[in-house]
Amino acid sequence: MASESFRTDYSRVAGLGSAREGTGHWWAQRLTAIALVPLAIAFVLLFGSSLGGGYDAAIGTFRHPLAALTAILFIAVGFFHLQLGLRVVIEDYVHGRRLAFTLLILNVLLCWGFAAAGVFSVARIAFGYAG
Amino acid sequence: MAGPSEGNRPLSPHATIYRWPLNAVMSILHRMTGVGMALGAFLVVWWFVALSASPEYFAFVDRLMTSIVGDFVLTCLLAALWYHFCNGIRHLVWDTGAGLDEVNVRRSAVAGWCGTALLTAGSLLVMSHGF
Repeated sequence: MASESFRTDYSRVAGLGSAREGTGHWWAQRLTAIALVPLAIAFVLLFGSSLGGGYDAAIGTFRHPLAALTAILFIAVGFFHLQLGLRVVIEDYVHGRRLAFTLLILNVLLCWGFAAAGVFSVARIAFGYAG
Repeated sequence: MAGPSEGNRPLSPHATIYRWPLNAVMSILHRMTGVGMALGAFLVVWWFVALSASPEYFAFVDRLMTSIVGDFVLTCLLAALWYHFCNGIRHLVWDTGAGLDEVNVRRSAVAGWCGTALLTAGSLLVMSHGF
């Protein structure tokens, strides 16, 4: 490989460098960002006007398929976007190897866990199992 | 190899007295609002889990989130969301290669701040009055 000739001996021994996956992360971050533009507006208005409005009104709002779909998409795409962003922040600012790996693993597990809990709850309401 | 920081030589820029450039402020705020919204994501999921669980548990969570402390935290998170939203759009525009010159970067920063203020005020207004 031509580019190999530019590598120093140390770099070859360390074996670090591009994992050739950076574009995937970047692309997913942008794609979710674009999706979140309309979703954030719709969700903030739905959620904000349901806050403090009472149980029956909230159930009524999120029983509507469009409201439920908006909430489910916002939660799912939002947590995906959050997980991508938090990963970069951990990689940039947490320098201890053990702590960094612990946080990177927790980040993925918690984001998936909370996203699932949120989506499941909205689905339960939308399908009439609550209220 | 002798690095520039070796010995007792002064470091430049002097981090403690250095005036932050606008771009640095915008950039770190984007990360801070992003990390802060992890709390918002948790609160949103908690609210939906409560709504799907029972009227009693929902009343507890909803009351907590519409208390004075809850209102304050949620309003801060709302402003954080709109800041991240506006600055994120700047990033999406930059990704096309547009608006990267000094004048336009400054302009879009100001536009981002105006957008944050307008969207925060606007969404608070819509929420408090309903649709």
